[in-house]
Amino acid sequence: MRFVTQYRSGIRLALPLAVAVLAFGISFGVLARDAGMGSLAPFVMSTTTFAGSAQFAVASVLSTGGGLAAACVAAILLNARYAPIGMSVADALSPGRVRRLLEAQLVVDESWALSNRGGGRFDRRILIGAGAVLYVAWVGGTALGIVGGKLIGDPNDLGLDAAFPALFLALLVGQIRSRQAALAAVVGATIALATIPFTKPGIPLIAACVACLVGWRRR
Amino acid sequence: MSAAWAAVAIVGLATIAIKSSGALLIHGRELPERLGGVIALLAPAMLAALVVTNTFGGDHSLELDPRAAGLAAAAVPLALRAPLLVVVITAAATAAVVRAV
Repeated sequence: MRFVTQYRSGIRLALPLAVAVLAFGISFGVLARDAGMGSLAPFVMSTTTFAGSAQFAVASVLSTGGGLAAACVAAILLNARYAPIGMSVADALSPGRVRRLLEAQLVVDESWALSNRGGGRFDRRILIGAGAVLYVAWVGGTALGIVGGKLIGDPNDLGLDAAFPALFLALLVGQIRSRQAALAAVVGATIALATIPFTKPGIPLIAACVACLVGWRRR
Repeated sequence: MSAAWAAVAIVGLATIAIKSSGALLIHGRELPERLGGVIALLAPAMLAALVVTNTFGGDHSLELDPRAAGLAAAAVPLALRAPLLVVVITAAATAAVVRAV
């Protein structure tokens, strides 16, 4: 029973976030279809990639003519953080190899943050409970956005284009846990600002990664 | 294959591989300290760049449009530690109003 309770508390913790994720799933579905990705491709992407910022990056780069390579590189670089994040939770996952790999797919920023018990320890059941709720919200939202997109018209009229930077800013604030992280954010933003006028869309995101080299200095 | 489907396949496979790598590689092993420090800063650097490109990014130009008003308005609930949903709705509503005016 205790185990079930822990899964449930993961679900309960994630529910308020799931509302936001559902809304963003809807806007991803709308935006991706608007970007000419069709109906099925964005849905398949949500079921397999399950990483909001990377998927939005793909849709926005493709819609602004940035090209396939820039879209993929931007998305993969965005998701590169899941290598260290995945390593941090590795010890908390199930011992069986197949289960481990399935559980690892439920790791997203929010489920990872919610399951953090401090001191490098993570609660597997909260991670899975929260991750599963967020997965259903993201995939379901995407489907709703694709199907119902026409009903809510142009996403920009609803200001949905402004919701993306606000979401990224909110996620960024949660990532600023050290002086170095703050410095990386400032340098990354500056590089992006400086390169936007001179490069294809997508390239500023890649250039901004240079900012993470401020982590090379030993703390 | 269209660019959209190519992106779905490439990004999907890469993301699954990335997310799986930690679970497969790690059993009490740690990244070299410096490399770990660099990778850990990828998220803040990239998210900051995403804020900038999604607010001011145009076609080979910097734009100042309702998106910036939305982001500025979102800073208020963000500073008050309001839920994520409130933050993004504030941004969207503000941009929608500014655009409609």
